[in-house]
Amino acid sequence: MSIPEKLSYTKEHEWVHLADGVATVGITAFAAESLGDVVFVQLPSVGETITAGEVCGEIESTKSVSELFAPAGGTVTEVNETTVDSPEIVNSDPYDKGWLFRVRTDTVPELLDATAYAALIQED
Amino acid sequence: MKTPLHETHAALGASFTDFAGWEMPVRYSSELAEHRAVRETAGLFDLSHMGEIELTGPGAAAALDYALVGRLSAVKVGRARYTMMCDADGGVLDDLVVYRLDEERYLVVANAGNAAVVARELVTRAREFETEVTDRSAETALIAVQGPQSAAVVGAVADADLTELKYYAGVPATVAGHRLLLARTGYTGEDGFELFVAADAAPEVWRVLTEAGEPHGLLPAGLACRDTLRLEAGMPLYGNELGRELTPFHANLGRVVKLDKPGDFVGRAALEKVGEPDRVLVGLRGSGRRAPRYGYRVLHGDAVVGEVTSGALSPTLGHPVAMAYVPPELREPGTSLAVDIRGRVEPVEVVALPFYQR
Repeated sequence: MSIPEKLSYTKEHEWVHLADGVATVGITAFAAESLGDVVFVQLPSVGETITAGEVCGEIESTKSVSELFAPAGGTVTEVNETTVDSPEIVNSDPYDKGWLFRVRTDTVPELLDATAYAALIQED
Repeated sequence: MKTPLHETHAALGASFTDFAGWEMPVRYSSELAEHRAVRETAGLFDLSHMGEIELTGPGAAAALDYALVGRLSAVKVGRARYTMMCDADGGVLDDLVVYRLDEERYLVVANAGNAAVVARELVTRAREFETEVTDRSAETALIAVQGPQSAAVVGAVADADLTELKYYAGVPATVAGHRLLLARTGYTGEDGFELFVAADAAPEVWRVLTEAGEPHGLLPAGLACRDTLRLEAGMPLYGNELGRELTPFHANLGRVVKLDKPGDFVGRAALEKVGEPDRVLVGLRGSGRRAPRYGYRVLHGDAVVGEVTSGALSPTLGHPVAMAYVPPELREPGTSLAVDIRGRVEPVEVVALPFYQR
């Protein structure tokens, strides 16, 4: 299971890449594989204010629905429309082309590093 | 519990899920790819969790006529019948496929979750008849090959003339030296075959079918795609569209209840009095990509009128499909309803079942 070193992670199986106060968010390969084929992605809107730890979207696979949590609070600056039109990209490329949204955040959220996340999914 | 093919699935990298106490493959790679394979080429399923109960003896036919709602005595040797077991008040205990293997020998195939109940009820209900009821579930594996290429795959390895094997028929056959029951049945809406084979022979039969399927694009297929396939085909799943609190009439399956057969059968008195059910099963078609799912409320205007029993974004059709129970006056295709999808009211339209037909 791929867990890139350069990213940070949440217990909700999302990854975060922080650069210049903007957090790029996606779901991990582990999450994508657990869900099965993703068929629907509902993302927050650009300009929307989201609160860390709260639900800000949904990911549906054929068999299940799971909520998308905001790993960091702030204003959504960009969403990846490609995942809305072609949700399968979340499965095929969760860490790159399958990113979900970007949020401008003032507060640096508490996140797991790759090692800690690897340990977390080991327990699951 | 594990099927005789568990190691085979693990070696293929399957993800497993619990289904009625069985550790079953939910998918091997992608359930959408597996779904597509069954619609376009062929898929290979392990259904060994299902129950197989054999009735033998001169009273077997009469015992089944009493125990089940169908007229199994009228089934010709070598043919199969879709039927149900009801309880005394008409509630469905299970939906079944029954094969007549011989004049005095039947095989009852039950859902995994109901296999124990069906076996126990058959023993009880057959008590007054000259028949022996034997639960063959543990010693029997069940492998299905489903899809337009299934006849080519099975034909390459089985010593049976498939052109002579009709839908809902079963014949003894040999695959890789193993005697088995080869049936042309399935739960996917495609042409397909089900192979009832001794548990210890299952891995080899699976391997031989996999090899024969390779040039045809056959993929191993898990329970996730099995569910979307049967949903598109409008086939009920026990626990969703069928249950003890529902009669066959609720599910538009009154045709399986043979009230005109001679003699009494368990549930007859109650089923004769059902009349028009208070709710009926309908197909719903949505738009967009958000699918109604099990348990979601169905709305007519502002009123809650029913509940979704199964739903998914149809992989074949590309729009959401669902089945739901609604009052009979709302059953007409074209009726506009809505489903509360996690707080959002999405319009749906009643459509005729099945959603997909080959």
